[in-house]
Amino acid sequence: MLELINVSLNLDGDKGQVEILKEINLTLKEKKIYVMTGPNGGGKSSVAKTIMGIYRPTDGKILLDGMDITQLGITDRARLGIGYAFQQPPRFKGMKVGDILNIAASPERETNVCDLLYDVGLCAQDYLNREINASFSGGELKRVEIASILARNLRVAVFDEPEAGIDLWSFQKLTETFENLNKKYDTTIVIISHQERILRLADEVILVSNGTISEITSQEKILGEIERLDSRCDCRNNCSLGGNINVECDR
Amino acid sequence: MLSAIDKKILAEVADLHEIPHGAYNIRKNGEGAGRNTTANIDIVTKKDKPGINVIIKPGTKGESVHIPVILTEGLEDLVYNTFEIGAESDVIIVAGCGIHNSGSKKAKHDGVHEFFVRKGARMKYVEKHYGEGPGSGQRILNPKTIIEVEEGGVAELEMIQIKGVDHTIRDTEVRLHKKARLIVTERLLTTSQQSAESNITVELTGEDSTAQVLSRSVAQDDSQQVFHLNMRGYAKGRGHIQCDSIIMDKARVSSIPEITAFHSDAQLIHEAAIGRIASDQLIKLMTLGLTEKEAEDTILQGFLK
Ligand SMILES: Nc1ncnc2c1ncn2[C@@H]1O[C@H](COP(=O)(O)OP(=O)(O)OP(=O)(O)O)[C@@H](O)[C@H]1O
Ligand SMILES: [Mg+2]
Repeated sequence: MLELINVSLNLDGDKGQVEILKEINLTLKEKKIYVMTGPNGGGKSSVAKTIMGIYRPTDGKILLDGMDITQLGITDRARLGIGYAFQQPPRFKGMKVGDILNIAASPERETNVCDLLYDVGLCAQDYLNREINASFSGGELKRVEIASILARNLRVAVFDEPEAGIDLWSFQKLTETFENLNKKYDTTIVIISHQERILRLADEVILVSNGTISEITSQEKILGEIERLDSRCDCRNNCSLGGNINVECDR
Repeated sequence: MLSAIDKKILAEVADLHEIPHGAYNIRKNGEGAGRNTTANIDIVTKKDKPGINVIIKPGTKGESVHIPVILTEGLEDLVYNTFEIGAESDVIIVAGCGIHNSGSKKAKHDGVHEFFVRKGARMKYVEKHYGEGPGSGQRILNPKTIIEVEEGGVAELEMIQIKGVDHTIRDTEVRLHKKARLIVTERLLTTSQQSAESNITVELTGEDSTAQVLSRSVAQDDSQQVFHLNMRGYAKGRGHIQCDSIIMDKARVSSIPEITAFHSDAQLIHEAAIGRIASDQLIKLMTLGLTEKEAEDTILQGFLK
């Protein structure tokens, strides 16, 4: 459904052009849940922004249902049903939660903004009329950001570390919300995450590091590897700089 | 009699669609065009100079006074208005000035408003400025507002100029006595070649007085804005100025802060920021399907609300 073919991305850095993504090839299939993971700075957000049209690829092609959308801007891609929940959402002086949700709400879907807020664990009566300004906490901001994506009628939704800053109590609710979005509306979901519990939602796991896709694999395999790395516990116990020996290393 | 143009201007500056309830005084092209007083609110014409005295009896609650000014021809109008807000009263005063200039002569309204907010009284003052008209004549508004807030009084000012005024110099001076409070919200939008200057001076003279000034502006095209917000603390008290401007196109904005403390328990803060619309705000709204222009308008509308 969504295809990235040989996508490369260079951006202007402080010292001239930097290569951010190298020949990314990725096919997202209808109605699946993908989890994208990998080391910090590996290029996950850059892949997401390239899908959304925030970054234009230096090379390569992006197809949506076979249509070449490489040259389309953000607005057009949004209207074709691509959505992206920011890793660091902006705040807006003077705009209320309700305003953003009403802009986001797709006219062809019966959306109730109160339900949307409930889905991300916020109480509508407390939040609908609140300005998304500096008084918003990090977690509250992330929740509103997620709600703004849930409001839309999307073919592909990319969530960039949605769990960051979300408390443990709401975590369960959030994973249910993703599953529901996927089942009820047939939306293909990509979740960028470092969390084991999110990994467990994945039909496929996409590993991104050094600006490339190093592996597309299953959650079982990834979780197995994490366990192995952990149980070896090398760094903790054999650290040349000293430290507590015999720390408990199991999760 | 009020014409269709007059009515449109009244709706813009005073949210009035009909003749208002309560006390009012409508001034049109330098002359009185209607007045109503109530049992608690008296309005009398000044004898020594153009203008009115508005006298609100102590203890008057929940009443309003509308004093719109309409200019529909090239004319230079100057008024002096004095407001006596009686002790323990709670009132809203809506002053607005609308200019419809269809000619080539200058239309100018300079108003000097002086307020005495007596002990324990609460006043909300709303001032909207609006200009329109196809003529080449300039539309100029220079309001001067002087406010004295006595012990325990509250003055809440809302000053809005969103459209069509070519030049404005706005001077506001406020003196706060013991436990008096001031809340100022200013909204300003300038476009094309317009220029606007806002000078606000607040003196915290009484113990435990507090002042909060929140100014937001948008400068577009070749317009120019200057803000000089000045807070002076003479006693234990708190003052906070926040001045936020969005600059676009070839506009120019200066924000000149001044805070002075004459007392070691005076706490004064000044925050000023000027910048273009944050690109991540634009991008966020575009990812929701808005065009860049729609996103920009949405952000500006929210910012100036
Ligand atoms: N606009 C930019 N200009 C220059 N370099 C950039 C820009 N955006 C990203 N980078 C660089 O590209 C690399 C990949 O960044 P990206 O944000 O995609 O990583 P990530 O995998 O999402 O990391 P994290 O897990 O920390 O969110 C990083 O080295 C980053 O510094
Ligand atoms: Mg990232």
